[in-house]
Amino acid sequence: MNLLPLAARNLLRNRRRSATTLFAMMVGAMAILLFGGYARNINLGLQTGFVQHAGHLQIQHRDYFLFGNGNPAAYGIADYRRIVDLVEHDPVLKPMLKVATPTLSLGGIAGNYAAGVSRTVIGGGVVVADQNRMRQWNDYGFPIVFKPMRLTGTAPDAAVIGTGVARVLQLCGPLAVRHCPTPHVEQASGADLPGDIAALAGEAQAQRAPRQATTIELLAANAHGAPNVARLNVVAAVPQGVKELDDMIVQLHFAAAQKLVYGGDTPKATAVVLQLAHTSQIPAARARLEQLLAQHFPGQPLTVLDYATLNPSYGQIVGMFGAIFGFIALLIGVIVLFTVSNTMSMAVVERTVEIGTLRAIGLRRAGIRRLFVIEGLLLGLAGSIAGVLAALAAAWAINHAGLSWMPPGNVEPVPLTVRVWGEYTMILSTLLGLTLVAGISAWWPARRAARLEIVDALRHV
Amino acid sequence: MQAVVLDGVGKQYRLGQVDVPALTDIGFEIRAQRFTVLSGPSGSGKTTLLNLIGGIDRPDSGRVLIDGQDLDALDDDALSDFRARRIGFIFQNFNLLPVLTAFENVEYPLLLARVPAAARRERVRELLDAVGLADKAGNLPNQLSGGQRQRVAIARALAARPTLVLADEPTANLDSHTGEAIIALMRRIQREQQATFVFSSHDPAVLAEADDAVHIRDGAITAIERRDGVMA
Ligand SMILES: Nc1ncnc2c1ncn2[C@@H]1O[C@H](COP(=O)(O)OP(=O)(O)OP(=O)(O)O)[C@@H](O)[C@H]1O
Ligand SMILES: [Mg+2]
Repeated sequence: MNLLPLAARNLLRNRRRSATTLFAMMVGAMAILLFGGYARNINLGLQTGFVQHAGHLQIQHRDYFLFGNGNPAAYGIADYRRIVDLVEHDPVLKPMLKVATPTLSLGGIAGNYAAGVSRTVIGGGVVVADQNRMRQWNDYGFPIVFKPMRLTGTAPDAAVIGTGVARVLQLCGPLAVRHCPTPHVEQASGADLPGDIAALAGEAQAQRAPRQATTIELLAANAHGAPNVARLNVVAAVPQGVKELDDMIVQLHFAAAQKLVYGGDTPKATAVVLQLAHTSQIPAARARLEQLLAQHFPGQPLTVLDYATLNPSYGQIVGMFGAIFGFIALLIGVIVLFTVSNTMSMAVVERTVEIGTLRAIGLRRAGIRRLFVIEGLLLGLAGSIAGVLAALAAAWAINHAGLSWMPPGNVEPVPLTVRVWGEYTMILSTLLGLTLVAGISAWWPARRAARLEIVDALRHV
Repeated sequence: MQAVVLDGVGKQYRLGQVDVPALTDIGFEIRAQRFTVLSGPSGSGKTTLLNLIGGIDRPDSGRVLIDGQDLDALDDDALSDFRARRIGFIFQNFNLLPVLTAFENVEYPLLLARVPAAARRERVRELLDAVGLADKAGNLPNQLSGGQRQRVAIARALAARPTLVLADEPTANLDSHTGEAIIALMRRIQREQQATFVFSSHDPAVLAEADDAVHIRDGAITAIERRDGVMA
């Protein structure tokens, strides 16, 4: 007998019980998919943020990532221009490549000497036009609007600082930073620029416009450890999501950063940042890059790092959500297991006489087993399909409800969205997984049914 | 010609610590293409005996042979297949599958016997016609009266052209009028199809229709009547 229609009709027989089981499965599948969609969205959202700001791949000095933090200047890449040129014109990389741009990191002390305050900072020199192009990467279609960097269109000596830097350097007033308290401790009275720094800055001072309320001096060590100073005009204080960064960051034009660190020496870059069209192209692009570097820059201590390596927190967050997802899926799997098993056990008891009849007529034990397992599978399939549809509907509703939330490390709230539609692997594995669980849970009751003695089953009341 | 041979058949049921004998040393033959009735008071062992003949239970001692086949030699799957091909069952409570229509209930044994679709349809129509339910083919069991259900069950029992049809008190759940009609129908079909029918009943009307009557009491045979005068 074609068991499928028979199983379907048997399920329809006790509609209320089947519906209850179906509903439980539906809610379970929906919970898995909605949380999965939410986790997926966080994963892709973080990825988008990292890729927009630091690209997919970076070519760095082999030791910079591990050792260079304290003294970036010593790990510069002199040939960065040739590298950019090479990748931009390589026939293999070209179709994948969106942006190739150098960056320069530096460590130093920023001072507002008019107020007699200074603090250690980390600086970043960037090519603003390239960075703006990077920030338009949105391969996953997030409902976000592109905002150009605050350094866009500014003078060569412009700088953007974190609000924490502005607070310490007492620039909140001139920069009109909101929610920026002043300290209660007595400050040293506005001393003049110390003589030695003034001497170092002498050249710059002579050439530039007179000090403004937003002027800072940035003192940095060059590659040889000798100090150098740049006078920068802070155009804006921009809040950074992470306080450590907010208290430390000074962003300036690439050329200005190079001049500060390398002065008259050969200007170098800390990294060549590459942004690809799609994240999935990383392995291919990396392989080609390594090949190109070995071929054209033999013996140079260069390495290629991907965004996940450069941002260890990404892997941690994705891993955490993965673990929670696994836990939820397991929990729901167990619930489904017991629900379906219970339903099928009740069906077996109810249909004992029927089982005896089928066996008497000549159905083998295996046939009885198959009948109930197919019923379980069918129940599982129907429940998970209902769950997928419900999850798609709920996801649509959530995505159109205009909700927003503040992810950790963010400054502005982002739209709250869940990504279910399009996540075919997740949908399919939930569907198959839950169906399989339902089939397995039907196995024991089915086995019990198959083992019944015919005469006992027939006498059952 | 013997359809069924029983040889020294015994069966006990275990109740707690003691074995209660239900059948002891039963030995007789059932003639092919006859209408045989097992008759006896309640608890005498009629159902137990029919279960052993039908191969849905196994004796504790002795042998049951159907058309020369020793049922004890068959494993569970082989015995299932044997039942599917050779034995038809009619139950006191009809035992139709509630989710299947009259047509599908009759068709089920043919599916088990892997009869091709066209032949199946023809056979089911023929049988529903024979039991007078051609117009109820699409009805579910709960849309049929008790008598109609039992007629569907008769058609189902005969579908795969079994050599042996067994019925345990097939009229017990029917009123006497309907019961008589069912007996008459079975008698007619038994003759038409040349099948071997074995009934259990304490209904005198059934007994009157029988070719042969086997009387049981306390798990033992007390008398065998061959009504047509041919001695087995
Ligand atoms: N499963 C069982 N467990 C224990 N004893 C049983 C079982 N089935 C039958 N018996 C006993 O075996 C004996 C024969 O029972 P059986 O059902 O064969 O009688 P019967 O002739 O069919 O009776 P009835 O006319 O009431 O249907 C009875 O004493 C009964 O109590
Ligand atoms: Mg009985």
